[in-house]
Amino acid sequence: MSDAQSPTDFEPVEPNTGEDFEPVDVFPSSDDFDLRPGADSCFKCSVCDTNCPVAEVDDDFPGPKFQGPEQWRLKQSDDDYEIDDSVMSCSNCMRCDNACPSGVPLSQMHNTARGEYVSEQMSKTDLEYWRNRILSNYRLSASIASKVPRLASWSMNFGPARWLMEKTMGVTKERDFPEFATQTFREWWAERGGADASRRNAREARERMGIDKDAEKKVAYFHGCYSNYNTVDVAKAMVHIYEHYGYEVVAPEQKCSGTPMFANGMLKDARRHAEVNVSSMSDLVDQGYDAIASCTSCSMALRQEYPELFDIDGIEKVSSNTFEAVEYLRIHEDVKEDVQEANVTGELADEFAYHAPCHARNQGLERQSVELFRDLDGAGIEDVGESCSGISGTYGWKEEKYEKSMDIGEEMFDHMEHAEGEVGMTECPTCAMQMEHGTGYEIRHPLELLEAAIVE
Amino acid sequence: MAIESDVLVIGGGLAGLTSALTAAREGAEVRLVSYKQSSLRHASGLVDILGYTHDGDGPVTDPYAAIGDLPELHPYQTVGAETVREAMGLFDDVTDYHGDHTETNALLPTHGGTVKPTARYPKGAAAGIASDDRDVLLVGIEAMTDFDAPHVAAHLDAAGVPFDVRGETIRFPGDLNADAKVTRYAKLLDTNGDVAVRGRKKGARDALAERVNTVHEGEARVGFPAILGDDHTDAVRAALEGKIGAEVFEVPMGPPSLPGLRLEDALFEALDEAGASFETGNPVVDYDADGDTIEQVYIEKNGAKIPNSADQYVLATGGLVGKGVESNRDAVYEPIFDCHIEHGADRYDWFDTDVFGDHPFAGFGVETDETLRPLTSSDAVQFDNLRAAGSVLGGYDFAAEKSGSGVSIATGYVAGENAAAEAR
Repeated sequence: MSDAQSPTDFEPVEPNTGEDFEPVDVFPSSDDFDLRPGADSCFKCSVCDTNCPVAEVDDDFPGPKFQGPEQWRLKQSDDDYEIDDSVMSCSNCMRCDNACPSGVPLSQMHNTARGEYVSEQMSKTDLEYWRNRILSNYRLSASIASKVPRLASWSMNFGPARWLMEKTMGVTKERDFPEFATQTFREWWAERGGADASRRNAREARERMGIDKDAEKKVAYFHGCYSNYNTVDVAKAMVHIYEHYGYEVVAPEQKCSGTPMFANGMLKDARRHAEVNVSSMSDLVDQGYDAIASCTSCSMALRQEYPELFDIDGIEKVSSNTFEAVEYLRIHEDVKEDVQEANVTGELADEFAYHAPCHARNQGLERQSVELFRDLDGAGIEDVGESCSGISGTYGWKEEKYEKSMDIGEEMFDHMEHAEGEVGMTECPTCAMQMEHGTGYEIRHPLELLEAAIVE
Repeated sequence: MAIESDVLVIGGGLAGLTSALTAAREGAEVRLVSYKQSSLRHASGLVDILGYTHDGDGPVTDPYAAIGDLPELHPYQTVGAETVREAMGLFDDVTDYHGDHTETNALLPTHGGTVKPTARYPKGAAAGIASDDRDVLLVGIEAMTDFDAPHVAAHLDAAGVPFDVRGETIRFPGDLNADAKVTRYAKLLDTNGDVAVRGRKKGARDALAERVNTVHEGEARVGFPAILGDDHTDAVRAALEGKIGAEVFEVPMGPPSLPGLRLEDALFEALDEAGASFETGNPVVDYDADGDTIEQVYIEKNGAKIPNSADQYVLATGGLVGKGVESNRDAVYEPIFDCHIEHGADRYDWFDTDVFGDHPFAGFGVETDETLRPLTSSDAVQFDNLRAAGSVLGGYDFAAEKSGSGVSIATGYVAGENAAAEAR
């Protein structure tokens, strides 16, 4: 029996749970996030399991219901219970969150369990640990590579080097490393005149729009690593579109959103980065800025994973004031009407095979691009279905996960090939890598098409 | 500013999908928002109208004829039998379900071995119909404890079905783990993916048929638990039929349910084709009103409140299970608009002490006028631009009556039609 007081002679029709009954907290208080209500809410309908892209191709993976509520309960009942190593096969797509009718915080449970597995059970001298750590600290590698972008792009795809990386580190040689931009977004931003230039551009736009020149329209751009070091055109498109609508953009100090670190259980690394991001973003939120991300995994991290995993001053404020770039415009501007009236010409006048990233789904954004661009003249967009792309960030880069990643992606590749367009489109940088890898298509970001549609 | 539409439907189950589809086909700009993925993947995929009378008599042969005898406050009485017929016409138009050739109920075997009266059933379940006198072999999969084939066969036999039925349990080829998900089986069959049988690789469809053939004794029909593919279920069934030499059918299962998932996909596809917008993942938590008119509702995303405004709103959030109706120790309430829900002051009056008794809570839900606008405790229309559909409505016990799908489709249809007509 627990030390909770037991009501005597319990009679369900006339229960005696009156003033005499004092419920007692049977679990000791702790500073950790309390996952018990989540575990208790699970009624084992298993609908989360139907959303798991890994369980669909690999029956060795026990699925989200086990990784989340069931494993949590096992831990409570047995002090020696160790986190099952299958948690490392979870790709952190977070689709299970969107499935649960009871609001069980599945991905929070997975992230917590994975963090515990990595910090308590994984050997720190293991190559796998270091491989995962290097992969998840992409920002560090990218920042070094961007100093010598051409050399880095070449050497990272140099055959013998990749063979060696696979043999020694377990990084698959099947994939091509993304190219590094010769000028990073931040370099471009500084050269362009930074926030001052953006303020001037925004004021001009407001004048053109016929609204107050001093209107409070300002956003802090969380560009993330990939649009800084690799797809700089996406970040530039964001700036151009927002200025077009009269927003002043700032690009505050920032680090990695933490997404690849969560997925690898490197919660200490993730926290270190989150502290910087929360600190700079929360100051700006206090000054009336909203945080905008162009990568759906970055916005997902700031919105959901931060408050679920870390207790950092200002974190809730940042979380509730972070938006995805197109979503924010849909709320605040007549972007839909503008797109309906627009006509795309030039390079982006094309048919696009669009894939919605898993991390866009929980934010309710999986249909956004298709619904926005289906009325656009000069370009077409087709949804290639609800399957996961399979890469899930660093997951598909691991030698032992590569096959699984491609099995998951098979359905998407197939749908892309059957779609009319031969150019892909997605918000997520690593989904884009997988789409390109599986089909050979060039992949664009919705912001690039939006820029072509509405910014002259 | 807000995200705008003519009609905003809150809820992605059968009622919400039907109202969104109806309104979109009427030409309204429609947006559907759902807290989570559609509840249809919890559903068996069978679509019933009325299986048993209010007093528990049945199975009912002609559900339309029985509607007139339902209590006055029953949603079917609010919309009328003719409207139920029209609404089912819309459903038939957007799905490839069977059963629309007649107004009478079909009898389908369930995974518990009972026989269920239902108005519509998926194509893949058609060969299993219980009024057919051809013999049946039920094939269970060892690891799938939800479907014990010999047990189901014995139950069906005891229920007096007009055919010989036998159950056999086999191991799914490839020795999948005991906790393999239904989607794993479906994926293997969809893609005819390789499985290892005695060290040799074989397509899953071929290998499964070969295993079945070792226990098949010439029965004209062979039934499986509902795992026969997700995206290519017709092809999976056809391949098995060819190799087994019998008609193949699925027995609908409990959650998570592939037939429910397939129905969800078909309805969302129809909604997309009708030009509607939709999103899932976050709940509607609040609203602004100007007097009797709702101006906008708020979707909560991690603390951010995203405004969504429309001319007309449909509340299709579900009942006690779907959380469209909530309760605590003091009250039963509707969480978004606080629509009135009639219930006894003492919570011990909300249920019957007999487990299978006549539970008042089963009928808890909002009451409406004839156009499905929720009424306040004094029977006044609460908002002039809000309608309710599906199991958020009160006055019926869908579990006992087997009327859940039909009420959702019929009231969804009426709510959608009225919303579109009133939208600017």
